[in-house]
Amino acid sequence: MSQKTVLYDKHVEYGGKLVDFAGWEMPVNYGSQIDEHHQVRKDAGMFDVSHMTVIDLTGEEVRAFLQHLLANDVARLKDRGKALYSCMLNHDGGVIDDLIVYYLNDSWYRMVVNAATRDKDMAWIDEQSTGYDVEINERDDLAMIAVQGPHAREKAIEALPVDVVEAVSELDRFFGCDCGEWFVGRTGYTGEDGFEIMLPDTEAAAFWDGLAESGVKPCGLGARDTLRLEAGMNLYGSDMTETTSPLISGLGWTIAWEPEERDFIGRAALQKERDKGVTQKLVGLVLEDKGILRGHQTVVVEGAGEGMTTSGTFSPTLKQSIALARVPKQTGDRCQVEIRGKRLNARVVKPVFVRDGKAV
Amino acid sequence: MSEIPSELKYTKSHEWVRDEDNGTVTVGITDHAQALLGDLVFVELPEVGSEVSAEDAICVVESVKAASDVYMPVSGEVLAVNDSLADAPETINDSPYDDGWLVKVKLSNPDQISDLMDADSYATETAED
Repeated sequence: MSQKTVLYDKHVEYGGKLVDFAGWEMPVNYGSQIDEHHQVRKDAGMFDVSHMTVIDLTGEEVRAFLQHLLANDVARLKDRGKALYSCMLNHDGGVIDDLIVYYLNDSWYRMVVNAATRDKDMAWIDEQSTGYDVEINERDDLAMIAVQGPHAREKAIEALPVDVVEAVSELDRFFGCDCGEWFVGRTGYTGEDGFEIMLPDTEAAAFWDGLAESGVKPCGLGARDTLRLEAGMNLYGSDMTETTSPLISGLGWTIAWEPEERDFIGRAALQKERDKGVTQKLVGLVLEDKGILRGHQTVVVEGAGEGMTTSGTFSPTLKQSIALARVPKQTGDRCQVEIRGKRLNARVVKPVFVRDGKAV
Repeated sequence: MSEIPSELKYTKSHEWVRDEDNGTVTVGITDHAQALLGDLVFVELPEVGSEVSAEDAICVVESVKAASDVYMPVSGEVLAVNDSLADAPETINDSPYDDGWLVKVKLSNPDQISDLMDADSYATETAED
C-alpha cells in the first residue's frame, strides 16, 4: 500500500508525475526534470521531503546515547541549533543510514533520517537506547519542504510566517532554529544554499502555495538526484549500504576518532579495517566518450583491477555523464566503464562536480 | 492527450513507421513514448548498412532516469540514421515525428507494414495505459 504525504494533492494540482519511492507516491518531476535542475542552480526550487523521518530525542542521557549511537560526535555541537552530518553504523562498521542531527539543548536533539530506512532505523535506535534515560519520539505530525537555490532563502522568507522570519534571517549555514511549531535548517541536499523547513502538517499545503507565489518552482525527485550527485553528496542505499563502511564510501571525514575513549557503535570494526589497510575508495567519474553512467557498471582500472559505479546520471550543469564509483585504492586519474558490452573512457576526479552553480 | 498522426503506422512498443512509398520507411518513437521517458539525454543508433529483423532492439534511448530499447517494427537494411541526435537527443522530445526520426530502413518484406497498427488502434491501445 502506497503512502502519501500531506502535499499529495498539491503535487497533483501542480502537474506532478507521481511514482513510487520507498512505498510513497512522490513526484519524479512536474514536466521536465532538467528544467527543474537548472531552476535550483539558478534561482529557487522546492521539494516535498515530508516522507523523510524526523525524530526528537530527549532526556537526561540523550547526549551520552548519541555519542554511543553515531560515528560523528554530537559533543562538537555546542551552539543551539548547530547541525552535524553523521553515519549510524552497525557493529561491523557498515552504514545503517546517514543523517543530520541538530543540537537544541542538553536534553533535546532532533535527527532527520531517510524515508526508505525509517522502520529499520527506528527499530535500531529503540534497541540501542535500552539502559539510557532517553525518550524517542517520531514526529510524524511534521511535514518538510526543502527550498534550494541562490534565491531560495530570500523567496522562502517572503512566504514564512512573520514570527519565524526574524530568527531565520540570521541563520548561519548548517544551523537550525526552532520557532514555535516550525523548525528551519539552513541545510540541503543540492549543493546550493537554502532551507529545509519542518512545519505542522496542517499548514504545509498553504505554505507550498505561498512559496509558489513567491516564485519558487516545484521540483521532483528526478532533479533531486541530479543535483545531489553533481554536488558529490552520497545517496544511502546506492553509495553506501550496510555492507560498506564509511572508509570506502567517501565518508571517512564524518568519523570522529577523538576522543579515543568514545566507544561508538562500529568503532572496533572500523579500527580493524584501518589496521588491515583500506583497499578501496569512492571517487568521481566524468564520462568522456558519449553515453550515460549508471549504478552497478563495471569500472576497469589498468594495473589496479576492477571497481563498480555506485550512482550515475547525466549532469545537466556539465552536460556530461557523471558517477560515483568504488574503485581500488591505487586508481589514478583514468579508467574505463563497461556499458552494454563496450568500454568507454572516463576521467577520475574528486567526488564533487559542481560548486556554486559551476563546474569544479 | 498525445499526438498520433493519422498517416503513420504504429507498434505496441510505441514506435511509429512512415511509409515513404518507395520501398523504404522512416522509424521513430511516438509522442506517448517521449512523454513517458522524459528528457532524453543520449541515443544509441545502429550502424548504417546493418541488417535488422522485426522486433530486434536496434536503438537505445536514454532519459536521465533510465535506458529504453527501441524495437524495429519491420525487417530490412538500415539506410540512414539521424546523426543530429548525437548532439541534441532532446529533439525527440520536441519533435518525435519529424526532426526526431531515428532510422530509415529499406524494406526486405513490404507486407510487414500492413501488420502494423493504424492510428485509431494505437490511440485505443494508449488510452488504456
